[in-house]
Amino acid sequence: MSPTDPFVFLGCLELNELLPHEAHDARELLEQLGRVPVESIFAHTSASLLHRPVLAEAYPNDFALWVGTEVRDIRLAERLAGVDAFHAGSMERVREELVATVSDHLQHLGGAPGRTQGKRFRFFQMHLVPVPTGHQARSLPELRDALAEVDVSAVFYHTIEARYRAGRGRGDFAEWVAAALGQPEVADRLAHIDPHAGSLERLRDRHLSVLSDAIAAGAA
Amino acid sequence: MAAGSLVKLDDYRQVAPRGAVDILMRIGERLRGRRFVHVTASRYGDTGMEVLNRLVPIMSDLGVETTWEVTIGTADFDQVGRAVSRALSGTEQVITEAMLARLHETAVENARRLRLDADLVMVHDAIPLGLVEHRAGGGRWVWRCHHDLSSAQAQVWNALRPVAQRYDASVFSLARFAAPLSIPRFIVYPSIDPLSERNREMSRAEQATQLDRLHVARDKPILLQVGPFDRLHDPLGVINAYRLVKKHHDVRLVLAGSPPAPGGDVLSDVREAAGQDPDIAVVVLPPDPQVELNALERAATIAIQKPLKADFTIDVATAMWKGKPVIGTIAGGIPFQMVVNVTGYTVETVEGAAFRIRHLLSNPEMIGRMGAAGREHVRRNFLVTRHLSDYLALLAHLTR
Repeated sequence: MSPTDPFVFLGCLELNELLPHEAHDARELLEQLGRVPVESIFAHTSASLLHRPVLAEAYPNDFALWVGTEVRDIRLAERLAGVDAFHAGSMERVREELVATVSDHLQHLGGAPGRTQGKRFRFFQMHLVPVPTGHQARSLPELRDALAEVDVSAVFYHTIEARYRAGRGRGDFAEWVAAALGQPEVADRLAHIDPHAGSLERLRDRHLSVLSDAIAAGAA
Repeated sequence: MAAGSLVKLDDYRQVAPRGAVDILMRIGERLRGRRFVHVTASRYGDTGMEVLNRLVPIMSDLGVETTWEVTIGTADFDQVGRAVSRALSGTEQVITEAMLARLHETAVENARRLRLDADLVMVHDAIPLGLVEHRAGGGRWVWRCHHDLSSAQAQVWNALRPVAQRYDASVFSLARFAAPLSIPRFIVYPSIDPLSERNREMSRAEQATQLDRLHVARDKPILLQVGPFDRLHDPLGVINAYRLVKKHHDVRLVLAGSPPAPGGDVLSDVREAAGQDPDIAVVVLPPDPQVELNALERAATIAIQKPLKADFTIDVATAMWKGKPVIGTIAGGIPFQMVVNVTGYTVETVEGAAFRIRHLLSNPEMIGRMGAAGREHVRRNFLVTRHLSDYLALLAHLTR
């Protein structure tokens, strides 16, 4: 996107593919974490967090959730919940942290790890199909108004997908506001929105708040 | 909006999540002119087919040339097909080599007759499975398996698996329903149509008319289980749970289902168990009871789904769409439709069901809160618009 281009909102359709990788206990989880495509790590961490219904007590990634509810190893679940997919730098780094966490836990575990009495962990990967939403913006007010209207998948595509899988800087909104509008302070505020908002709608609301505040302050 | 009336994608704006219809229209523009064929063994009979009734015209409306082909077979073939379907769903059957050969022959005959030249051919379930052996052209073929293959009869699945693996991809309703295959396996949840007769808005007057016709009084909170009168749906367990609740709350239990299969004796057991209790209504539904179920679900205070074994059981989502909390078992797709402790509760026993029902009846504010959360959860995850999105994503992904 060049600085003179308008911001073109893309939404996305998602397609979930079941992989042949499964785990019945923490040791198998460790093995499979090292084998699955990095796309699967993304699907079960950054992506799953934002597709899950808001539950205050829910762990923020699928691995922690499964270990906590099915394996019933709360200690490991809490440690896995502490792996922050949004600040690790890359999905390979997230994988390394997950592997290190489970590995360390198993080393300090006295006996054999408990096996799930319920659901096994099934690994997925997610295919995204980008779709133009028909919305464009050339200013902060236009960006805010369009963001309020678009399908929520556009929020996912321009923030989580852009930043944590595709490696598009600090996310599309922040990059465009800085480059096209020359508003580095607003871009910083957008880039610092915590993706742990709990849902895409909340993430949308937080972006809208930043944009509305900036417009009210005369940054448009 | 009456069933069968021409529904346009635009009509879903009033019920789908914000922006969802726009994005479907945009992907429709991108896929305009591609051809998508669904193939089934019947045009009627289960919820998967009901959804196709809506999906096919909407996809065409979007510009994707979508058709629906139906295989035909003789009466004896229909019996073979039903037996194979039951075997794949885990009910042991006697399936002979001759029956499997019949399945193959019928596929050959239908392959000659059906128009299957398309960019994506989606073959639903086991009966037309063999069509893939006669594929021609450059289109992609997908097997849409609605069965739970986790406990499929090994002899039958071993015979069909090599055929299934001739497809380019497969689609299952749940990960736990999928069998190991050498082709990609995608997961697409079933859905409900919010504009269908089963789920459309209904006035209180119309509800009252329907309930009067079914002889269901509306003077007490209603606990409702919708499901066939068979042992797997545990209607007797539901009656036992109701009796535990009845000690503390003046409620009415409604068990509504289609007539039992020939030889089934559960309905008489249910009637005997209900005894002379005027607060238990056993409703044997007429054929295609969409309006009746709509009225019953809207009148219910709490929906119960207590099967011991189940398929996806989209009845959970239909009740949640009407703002009802659901008490369900962990069978089949039931827990995947709920957000446990937010839209309802999962239970494993009669006592557990009774406890959760009592808890809700004693805290009526939770009924409204859970019901509203359930409706929103269905809006985001189980409407036909999401189903359409998944199929269009599949078309885009496989024909890119």
